[in-house]
Amino acid sequence: MRALFLALLVGGSLAGGGAAAEPVIIGSKNFTENYILAEAAAQLLESNGIEVERRLGLNGTKISFEALVNDAIDLYPEYTGTISEVILGDPRLREWQDVAAAIADRELVLLEPLGFDNTYAIAVTRELARKHQLQEISDLKSLPQLRVAFPHEFLNRQDGWPGLRVRYELPQRVRGIEHGLIYEAMEKGQIDATAVYSTDGEISRAGLVILEDNLGYFPEYRAAFLARNDLPPDVLSILAALSGRIDNERMQELNRTALDRNTSIVEVASMLLTDAGLMDDAVAGPSFLPQLWRNTQRHLKLTLIALALAVFTGVGVAILVHRHEKATHTFLYFAGLMQTIPSIALLALLIPFVGVGQKPAIIALFLYSLLPIARNTVTALQTIPKAYRQVAAAMGMTRRQELRHVLMPLAMPHVLAGIRTAAIISIGTATLAAFIGAGGLGDPIVTGLALNDSSLILRGAIPAACLAILVELLFNALERWLVAPHMRMSSTRL
Amino acid sequence: MEQEPDTNVSTTRAANAAEFEDVSLRRGAVLALDHVTLALPLGQTTAVLGASGSGKSTLVQLIIGLLRPDAGTVRTLGEPIDFLNPRPMRKRIGYAIQDISLFPHLDVRTNILLPATLSGWSEAGKSARLDELLQLMHLPRGVLDRYPHELSGGQQQRAGLCRAMMLRPELLLLDEPFSGLDTMTRKSIHEQFLDMQRQAPVSTVLVTHDPQEAINLSHGLVIMKSGRVQQWGPVAEVIANPVNEYVSHLCTALESLPVSTR
Repeated sequence: MRALFLALLVGGSLAGGGAAAEPVIIGSKNFTENYILAEAAAQLLESNGIEVERRLGLNGTKISFEALVNDAIDLYPEYTGTISEVILGDPRLREWQDVAAAIADRELVLLEPLGFDNTYAIAVTRELARKHQLQEISDLKSLPQLRVAFPHEFLNRQDGWPGLRVRYELPQRVRGIEHGLIYEAMEKGQIDATAVYSTDGEISRAGLVILEDNLGYFPEYRAAFLARNDLPPDVLSILAALSGRIDNERMQELNRTALDRNTSIVEVASMLLTDAGLMDDAVAGPSFLPQLWRNTQRHLKLTLIALALAVFTGVGVAILVHRHEKATHTFLYFAGLMQTIPSIALLALLIPFVGVGQKPAIIALFLYSLLPIARNTVTALQTIPKAYRQVAAAMGMTRRQELRHVLMPLAMPHVLAGIRTAAIISIGTATLAAFIGAGGLGDPIVTGLALNDSSLILRGAIPAACLAILVELLFNALERWLVAPHMRMSSTRL
Repeated sequence: MEQEPDTNVSTTRAANAAEFEDVSLRRGAVLALDHVTLALPLGQTTAVLGASGSGKSTLVQLIIGLLRPDAGTVRTLGEPIDFLNPRPMRKRIGYAIQDISLFPHLDVRTNILLPATLSGWSEAGKSARLDELLQLMHLPRGVLDRYPHELSGGQQQRAGLCRAMMLRPELLLLDEPFSGLDTMTRKSIHEQFLDMQRQAPVSTVLVTHDPQEAINLSHGLVIMKSGRVQQWGPVAEVIANPVNEYVSHLCTALESLPVSTR
């Protein structure tokens, strides 16, 4: 019965995967502008008959760039300042030509700039600016009590807060904050100052004032597509059509439009292309149900493959080691160790080895699922009264027969409980997989965070919660099927 | 005797169900068996009598090869135990223990049939044997579809005996199978056991701490204390000539019983 159950798991999860011809894989970081540019690139290529795959919403520069270098994506929108400061670590490279020449050594190609310069800018609320006569960043020096919070990336990168603090001799203590939440925090008066992108659509809407970079600290951040140099030339030349077509005002407007609840990223990107005369027909935004279905399918695929692997490994190794104290200890220690690594960190750590997308997501989910399954199986096997093993041996059972007819059925309630726990953890954790481009129900959540759109967040969160409940019910049914009534755990718990 | 070639032993019909030749076994800090030599004859029921910790369960576990002696030789059904492959020998033996011998996750039918299922018996063969056993042990058919915990103690023990008897064993090892039962139930199950032995006799080793049970059910006695055999032989002989105070103390209890019950 157990074998059948496992076969179903694996069969079901593999059926979701399928091979296709090689599409151009487009990535983006997880903020509005990057989404729009990536989506525009995707639509432009598609309208020219080139097949495209989207891995949007990657969590920050490091993950995006690693993904590109490791061939997990073919291109994504990047900024000259980010390339020189963060990627090449050489702040002297300021002009596009210099940056493009330097990055060419990495077998990458930086396309011509799209036009606008999305530099970092320090923003304060209008009231605060009025109250303290704030105009330039130097004015902040005299206000040490200011509550300042920066997006995590800005907080840590060399061309961000560390350098800014030194250059302007700023005294404030700062906190980290999710980029998508900064405007809300500013509007609610929870923080006084933050770093924004100069093309953010929310700047004027949230009533913020940008302070002048009077010491010329921030480098230029001119947007351009950063691509692998092995892309077909026609792909690069199609994308080149966007060069120089978007100025700062246009980008701010597009960003602002994207913040409108009724306009999706797809529609904004389509607007950009049609207005620029690069595409004839507008692309309609994704309709709700097919999108939900696709995300759910992907989510289930990630979870099920990881879970099936964890069941095989967790139960299998537990069976092998449970009689040996030391081996059991080592195994559970390893599984426990995996559990302590924060999920985003684990996902990021995996990128150099397996790239971005579904593979690292599955590996991470597998590692998280291992402990509950292995621990429950080991405990269940070790607590089976010795008399049952004696009776089984005295009956002349082989090890295999003992396992099949006595040990596993007796352990099954606990094993199932472990798998159930792992499944529910996985469904929750799998939403984070969207940060590394694995898709799933985390996709609307990540996009919603970037757009500060709670309805979009709920579009991922609610189905994920429903899925967890569904899995709970499914496991109840599975238990009814596999376990004798008086040995069930869920029924006794009620 | 031990110098005889093995081929001789295995081809001739064994005279003893089990033989112990100077067997010692340490379990943890305790010397569970201390230089034990004895023979349990075929075709008889032998009771191994002693207090808890006297080594009587160890004796039975040695016979079926669940334990391995530190010194000495155990012969089961005429042959030294092959510890590399004890399964063929075990399939010739039925084993039942106190309380939890039935598997809780299987219904009673599956429990009783399990040894036959594992040996690849046909459905027809299994169901014919099941009918025989139910009749022999006076077990109602109604219990078959229930789980062990839904049965009374007496029914559980009878079902356990049925399973031990499933493969028509040449030797039955019963480790205190009746000790958890109330007096009335025990009495009726004793009668059924004797009835079964009349209808289909099986060599039996019965571990018990109850002198009355020992004398009611068995032909021979092995009296154990602290890992040592105090005395062994036919019941009447032991009662007539106790070798030491411990045995004679037990025999006083035995003599007061009506011998005719045997």
